[in-house]
Amino acid sequence: MTNIQELANYVRDSASQIGVQKFDIFGSSVDETSVQVDSGEPKQVKASNRSGVTVRVWNENNNVGVTSTTDVYPEGIELALKTAYEASFFGVKENVPDFSPEALAPITANTETTAPQAPVAELIETLISAEKELLAAHPAIAGVPYNGLSQRDLDRFYLNSEGATRHEARSYASIYLYSKTDEEGKKPRSAGAFRVSRNLQNLDIQACLQEAAEKTISHLNYEKVKSGKYRIVFSPEAFLSLLGAFSNLYNAQSILDKQSLSTPESIGKQIVSPLLSVCDDALHPENIAGETFDGEGTPTRRISIISDGVLTNFLHSAGTAKRLDAKPTGHANIGAKVTVSPHFYHVFSNQPATQTYSLDAAENVIFIDDLHALHAGVKALQGSFSLPFDGWVVNNGKRTSIESATVAGDFLEVLQSIIFVEPEAELTPAGVCPRIWVDNLSITGE
Amino acid sequence: MLSTYPSSLLLSRELPNLDYRLKRDRFDETWEAPLATLLGLGRAAGADFVEFFLERVNYINCLAEDDTIASISPRLSTGAGVRVFRGKADCYVSTNDLTFNGLKAALEKGLSILGLQLPAPNAYIPAINLKLLRDYATTKGKDSWFAGCSSIREMGEVLLDANQQLQLKANHVQSRRATYFRDWQEVLVASSDGTFARDIRLTQSVGFNLLCADGIHRTSIGQRAGSTSDPNFLRAWDYKSTAEEVAESAGKMLYADYVESGTYPIVMANQFGGVIFHEACGHLLETTQIERKTTPFADKKGEKIAHESLTAWDEGLSDSAFGTIDMDDEGMPAQRTLLIENGILKNFLSDRAGSLRTGHPRTGSGRRQSYTYAAASRMRNTYIAPGSYTNEEIFGSIDKGIYCKKMGGGSVGATGQFNFAVEEAYLIENGKITKPLKGATLIGDAQEIMNKISMCSQDLGLAAGFCGSVSGSIYVTVGQPHIKVDSITVGGR
Repeated sequence: MTNIQELANYVRDSASQIGVQKFDIFGSSVDETSVQVDSGEPKQVKASNRSGVTVRVWNENNNVGVTSTTDVYPEGIELALKTAYEASFFGVKENVPDFSPEALAPITANTETTAPQAPVAELIETLISAEKELLAAHPAIAGVPYNGLSQRDLDRFYLNSEGATRHEARSYASIYLYSKTDEEGKKPRSAGAFRVSRNLQNLDIQACLQEAAEKTISHLNYEKVKSGKYRIVFSPEAFLSLLGAFSNLYNAQSILDKQSLSTPESIGKQIVSPLLSVCDDALHPENIAGETFDGEGTPTRRISIISDGVLTNFLHSAGTAKRLDAKPTGHANIGAKVTVSPHFYHVFSNQPATQTYSLDAAENVIFIDDLHALHAGVKALQGSFSLPFDGWVVNNGKRTSIESATVAGDFLEVLQSIIFVEPEAELTPAGVCPRIWVDNLSITGE
Repeated sequence: MLSTYPSSLLLSRELPNLDYRLKRDRFDETWEAPLATLLGLGRAAGADFVEFFLERVNYINCLAEDDTIASISPRLSTGAGVRVFRGKADCYVSTNDLTFNGLKAALEKGLSILGLQLPAPNAYIPAINLKLLRDYATTKGKDSWFAGCSSIREMGEVLLDANQQLQLKANHVQSRRATYFRDWQEVLVASSDGTFARDIRLTQSVGFNLLCADGIHRTSIGQRAGSTSDPNFLRAWDYKSTAEEVAESAGKMLYADYVESGTYPIVMANQFGGVIFHEACGHLLETTQIERKTTPFADKKGEKIAHESLTAWDEGLSDSAFGTIDMDDEGMPAQRTLLIENGILKNFLSDRAGSLRTGHPRTGSGRRQSYTYAAASRMRNTYIAPGSYTNEEIFGSIDKGIYCKKMGGGSVGATGQFNFAVEEAYLIENGKITKPLKGATLIGDAQEIMNKISMCSQDLGLAAGFCGSVSGSIYVTVGQPHIKVDSITVGGR
C-alpha cells in the first residue's frame, strides 16, 4: 500500500508546482490471489497487486478537472495532476463539485478489519477438495465448469487539500461453485452458489457446495411451463438484483439528470406496497466488504430508502445533497461527473402480515431463484423488464424445475403487487433480504 | 537511457545488480534485454513457457447531457502481466510496477505459486533469444495516431452539436446524451518462444441515448458507432442522420404495445442483429468453452451444426471495424478464421492456453481487456456471410412473425441456453411490417437455433459491440445480413 502521508506530500508539492491550490484524491490498492481448478488439477492461479488513484483539481476559475491513473509514482501523479488541470478548463460550469462538508467528520466505525492471507497451496487444495465433493454429490453432475476461490486485501484512502485524510483496510475471501450435469437424452442443467467471509478459515465452503449440489440436482427433472400470469416468489438474490437494476428510483444523481422513474417530488409518496421497507446500510454487520467512507470522504451510514412503502430518502453525493437540500449520505463515487451507487441492501417488513404464505403449502407458484441477463433485459428508464430465469414450479412443497422461461413486467407494478415479505432474511452478496411474494406476473414458457 | 546486456553470461546471484532503466513513455527495442533476461530466469526456474504483456493506455471519455458537457474523464494506465505455464497448469500475475524489479517480483510470485524455485546463486541464467521486434505500430504509421485524434475542445463541440440535432429531430424529449470515448493502447508482448511484438490500438466510439416520455409512455433508444485505427473518426461522424434515425425509432417505440409472448418466426435485421450468432454460437466456438466442457460443439468439427444456408466468419482484418487487431494480445498476427461453411463446423477460436489444452491450433484470438487479465480465446469481427435471398423473399415467407430491427445485449450460459433483448421490434403480418412492439426477449438453445436460421439475405452489415467474458470486456464487431429464424421463443407480457 502506498504510504498515504507520503502520497499526500508529493501530491501537494506537485500541485503547488503547477499552480493548483485545491485538490482531492481517492485511491485504492488491491492485493489478491484467486485459483480455479479443473478435474482435480489447478487450472489457473491469478495474483495481482495493483493500485490506482483519481485526482480532482480545481483551477483558478473554480472549474474541476479529473484524471485517473494506475501510476502512483511521483511522475505518474504529476502527469495525472497536469492532465486533470488541463481538463478542468473544459469541466462543468454549473453545479461544480466541491469537497464534501463531511470529509472531516469523525468516523466511528472500525476501519481496519484485516486477516492474514492463506498460502496459495491451501487455496488450491481446498478448491480441489470442494470440486471433488461436488462431483461426488450426484452421478449426473459431470463437471464444475465455473469455480473459484479467492482472497483479497483492499486498502482505500481519501485525502484533500483542506486536511481530510481517510484510510481503511479490509480482507475477505470468497468462493463460487457452478456445476453442470450431463445425462443421456437430457439437456445439460446447471446451478451455482457463492459465499464470502473475512478469511478462508471462516468461509463456509460446505454450505456453498451443498447449495450448489442441491440446486443442480433439483434441475435434473425439468419441464416446460405454460405461458401465463403466475404468483411469483422471488429468492432474496433475485429480488435484490431487480431492486439494484432499478436503483435509479432512489438515486439522486439519476433523478437530477432526469434519468429516473422518480422526481425530486417523489419523496414522501407511497410508491410500493406498505409491506416493503428497504434500507441501504454499508455498515451492516453482515457486510464483509463494508466501506466506512465514500469517494468524497463522506462517512457511510444506514439510510432508509423505503419505509412501509413510502419513499423516504434518496442516495446522495455531496453535490446532489446540496442541490436537493439534503445531507450527503456516503454514496458518492469520485469522478468528473460524481455518480451515486448503493452499498448493501437490507430488505424487511415492518407490517404484521395479514396473510402469510408458505412454499410448503402453495399451489402452482413459481419460485424464481436467479435472474439472468439483467444488462440486456432491463429497461431501467422505462421501468420494464423481460428476463430469463432459473426456478421451479412449486406445488405443495414439490419443486419441478422449469426448462427455460422468461419473466416480464413493470418494476413499479411488481413493488405494488407484493403480497408477502417472508420474515426470515438471507445473506446475499448484494444485501440481506427475505423471499418476496408477488402476484400476477407474466411468464413465457411454451 | 538504453539498457545493455550483461557483458558475460549472467549468474543468478548477479540479478539484483542489474541496472536496467526502462523507458516510461514507449515500448521499443530497449525492452528486449530486460525481458529476455526475465524470460530466461523463468525458464531456468523450470517454467515450460513464460510470457510478458506490457500495456500503456491513454483513455478519455466525454459526456454531453442536453446542452452541457457533463464530464471529461481522462484515465492513464500502465501495467504488466506475466503468465507462467508448467505443464497444462498456468499462473497469471499482474502489477502496475513496470520497473525491472517490479516485473521480476511479479515473475517470482508466479513461479513460486506453481511450486518453482529460483535458480541457485551460482546457476547461469541464459537470456531468451527474442526475435527481431515485430513492430506493427511503426510499420503501419500508428505512432502519429494519438496526435491526430480530436482535442478535448473538439470532442465537446461535436457532442454539443450532435445533442442539438437530437433536440431538433425528436419529440417528447426528456433527456439527451451524446457520449464519446477514445481508447489509445500501446502493447508489447515478449515470450519464451521468442515472440517479441509491439502494437498500438486506437479504438473510438460515439453514440446517442435518448429518453422520451409522454405521460405513462416512455422509451429510451441508444445508438452507437465504433471504429479502430482512424484518428478522424469523431470528425467524420454523421450525427445529423444518426440523430434523425434515433428520433424516428424513439417516435415509433414511444407508444408501442408490449409484444405478446409466444413462439414466432422472426426476421432479424442486419448489422447488430449479428448478436444472435455471437451469443448463440460464437461463444460456444471458443476453446475456453471446450476447456470448461460448456459447449455442445466440442467434438463436432467437420459435422453439420447449422442450417446449410449458414456460413460464418471470425476475423481481425476488416478495415476500421471495432474488433480489428493487427496482432492479438499474445503477439500472434490476426487472421481470418472460417467458423462454419454451409452449416459444417470448420474451426474453433483458440488462444495459446486453449491450444495447449484442447489441441486446436491458435487463431490469433488471444484477447484481454487489459494487463489485469490473462488472454483467452475471444471473438474479433464475427459475422454471418451474405446469402442469396432478397429481403422481400424473406419477409414474404412469413404470415405472422416479428421483425427484430434493433437488438440489445444478450448472453449465453453454461448449458448453451442463450438470450437477448430486442430494442426495436415490429409485427410482421402477411409478409408486411405492421405495428411497433416493445419488451421482447428472445431465448433459445444454441444447438436448436443454428438449424433454424434458414434464409440469409445479401445485405451484410457490421456493427460495433462490447463483449464481456473471462478476460474482461473487449471491443468486437457483430454482423450479418437480414436473416430468418424459423421459430424462436419470444418472452414478453
